[in-house]
Amino acid sequence: MGDILGLVLKRLGFGLITLLIISIIIFFMVELLPGDIAEAVLGQGATPENLAALREEMGLNKPAFVRYFEWLGGAVVGDFGNSVVSGERVSTLITERFINTLFLAAYAAVIAVPFAITLGVIVALLRNTLFDRVANVLTLTSISSPEFFLGYILILYLSVKTGMFPAISSLRADMSFADLLHRTFLPALTLVLVVTAHMMRMTRAAIINLLASPYIEMARLKGTPPWKVIVKHALPNAWAPIINVIALNLAYLITGVVLVEVVFVYPGIGQALVDAVSKRDFPIVQACCLIFAATFILLNLAADVGAILTNPRLRHPK
Amino acid sequence: MRNKKDLSLIDRLSHEARLGRLSRRDFMRHSAAAGLTAAAATGLWTSEAKAQPKSGGTFRVAIHDNNTSDTHNPGTYLSIQQIFLAHTHRAYLTLINTDQTLGGDVAEDWSGSEDASEWTFKLRDNVTFHDGRKCTADDVIASMNFHRGEASTSAAKALLADVADITKTDDLTVVFTLTGPNADLPWLMTDYHLTIQPASEDGIEWRNGIGCGPYKIVDGEFGVGFKLERHDGWHGEGAYFDAVEMIAINDPNARQTALVTGDVDAVSAIDLKTMALMQRNPQLIVDNVPSASAITMPMHTNTAPYDDVDVRMALKLAMNREEIVEKIAFGAGTAGNDFHHSPAQPYYPEGLDQLSYDPDQARALLKKAGHENLKINLSSAESIFSGAVDMCVLYSEQAKAAGIDITVVREPNDGYYSDVWLKKPFCAVAWGARPTPDVMYTLAYKADAAWNESFWVNERFNELLLQGKSELDDAKRSEIYREMAQIARDDGGTIIPFFRNFVYGRRSNVQNTGELAASWEMDGCRAASRWWFDG
Repeated sequence: MGDILGLVLKRLGFGLITLLIISIIIFFMVELLPGDIAEAVLGQGATPENLAALREEMGLNKPAFVRYFEWLGGAVVGDFGNSVVSGERVSTLITERFINTLFLAAYAAVIAVPFAITLGVIVALLRNTLFDRVANVLTLTSISSPEFFLGYILILYLSVKTGMFPAISSLRADMSFADLLHRTFLPALTLVLVVTAHMMRMTRAAIINLLASPYIEMARLKGTPPWKVIVKHALPNAWAPIINVIALNLAYLITGVVLVEVVFVYPGIGQALVDAVSKRDFPIVQACCLIFAATFILLNLAADVGAILTNPRLRHPK
Repeated sequence: MRNKKDLSLIDRLSHEARLGRLSRRDFMRHSAAAGLTAAAATGLWTSEAKAQPKSGGTFRVAIHDNNTSDTHNPGTYLSIQQIFLAHTHRAYLTLINTDQTLGGDVAEDWSGSEDASEWTFKLRDNVTFHDGRKCTADDVIASMNFHRGEASTSAAKALLADVADITKTDDLTVVFTLTGPNADLPWLMTDYHLTIQPASEDGIEWRNGIGCGPYKIVDGEFGVGFKLERHDGWHGEGAYFDAVEMIAINDPNARQTALVTGDVDAVSAIDLKTMALMQRNPQLIVDNVPSASAITMPMHTNTAPYDDVDVRMALKLAMNREEIVEKIAFGAGTAGNDFHHSPAQPYYPEGLDQLSYDPDQARALLKKAGHENLKINLSSAESIFSGAVDMCVLYSEQAKAAGIDITVVREPNDGYYSDVWLKKPFCAVAWGARPTPDVMYTLAYKADAAWNESFWVNERFNELLLQGKSELDDAKRSEIYREMAQIARDDGGTIIPFFRNFVYGRRSNVQNTGELAASWEMDGCRAASRWWFDG
């Protein structure tokens, strides 16, 4: 187990370096955008005098690298600064939205992961049957369609035509948990449809790969029923690739939901990021991107750890 | 005299008007057609047709154009979210009535000195802020001064540039002293930045969101939405809803779906492409209001070939405005006549000759100017308005008939107004609605204006502009603006393809008076205090 701890620490160290590099890239990308924050805030109402006054007030007259290091100095002690536009703390602006995003991702994951793996096992069991083909075609269709299109189709059938679910998922503070699940069901379902195919097909492929192994043949020869062969003998050896794909898709559920948020009017972090980019509000852009990057780093790490833990050979190296 | 058939027609008209489907103007016109005298129709309008407001309910309205980074700072108001909220929780000195006339908000009366260089506003004595404080002259002065002075970052700074001093003579009287005459100052006070906030020691309190408007903020977040409830001590008429819920929905499809499914009661903008579908839905009413918001194409008159008036006229004649209104604005627009004065503004000069598509005449003018087979670039970007690039491409096709070769240059959306506008000699621009022709001309057509987008200098035009500012006689002002319109049309450097309509929608149980203010979407952004639920 000591090795795993060492690996985790090493990977976390590399993760921090990655984050630092990403923060530099983001800062200078925002700097490269044409126009500046003062112009974005004043719009057509900008005159040279009030632009100058606003730039002074926002501290934009300092050189770019000075501003970057000022921000970095705060960030290393956990202070992500204030929004340049509104002057609000970045943490207050983002926290609630990030929790919303996490909630939606968790909601979708709780449905999608068990569903995809079960479906993957079933189609591996019934491979090359009609069921297998239909399941493949349906999931591949849903992954190939853009999220907003899936969202609109769900809205059309489940909201406009039948009225089963609300078309917009705007949240209220006084909603009960059941209400919340009902209001956010359509965006969650959209995300489920988007991520299921990938996980299901990986489960199917990983299992089918193993079915040619001698030990599976042995299991069959001793008369084990087919479902038991797959669930008890093949699946445990197939976990590593499946966990990898699950981690990738979980990361997508957090970072790739901008379109779904827009279509369903869900107050998540994606919309905040898009707004911040259009206003050049660098501290918010930085905070959002770092959250996204950290999500990827941590989930990848979790996948590697998971792959080790499910494989006795890696768990007990010679 | 009125037979049975006519009577039933009148009944139907009254019914439609009660539902808010018919404006006062349309009602009068149809009634006249049915044989009613104007006086009878007016009587009928007030007694029968005009819908009777009812109180109650929560008005859920989906707003377009929201930013997470918006704030309550009136100096940086820019998005519709901020402007709609401002008209709902804050108040102004004056307002634009539903019949496009000027009315009082915090001010109940105002008068100008003879040369219009000093204006006195009498405030109502019953205006209170949401925390119960009385609104006095000090609050008004502090709110105006927020936009003035050296250190001000307000976008309304230029608007108040010719205000020299603001003083009070008593707690309810405010005097504006100007550096020169300006007959439109009371109209300027309707500008969306000029809200009234409580005064504080070093300026105004704007962060807490306390205003003296019809509704007070209960809670909310920019980019997500706001909950408001009626301010019981409100000084104005209306505010029929018990509560208002603003929901930020930037995506046009999501907004319209929410309206169709009844998740919201009204939406602040409807995608023109689907306008016809929405109109066919019997549960919805689409309001289509001509506005003073113009699409312009300024040509730099100090740059060749646009310094030649014949070239400018040729480019004006090479545009088929009707086709642009029909294909780009889906009919929801009014063709321009190259003077920046819309029928939705006061003093509109009726009956001026309309410039129409005439490629032969354009070709002849170019020949005369020695610019046959003119080749020019036209800059545009999709962010100007949805369809801006398409409009320019359509124009370049139309201009081919006159032998003009226009290359449409697609510029980046970001920084368009800092890098293209006022820099490239021919580009497309969108302007927000301004309340009066004087404001618009002063802003973008006066010889020394910072935003004189065509760098146009016409002596007579500028002379008339100054005359208009000090003229308090409405008839004389109308004459002045008529002549200015003619000069701008014949000599000016700005092509105005069309004025946009504001197109927004509501569920059929949401009522309004049938007349809608044209200054902004949603009845001048005052739907929350002017509309009501019926049944």
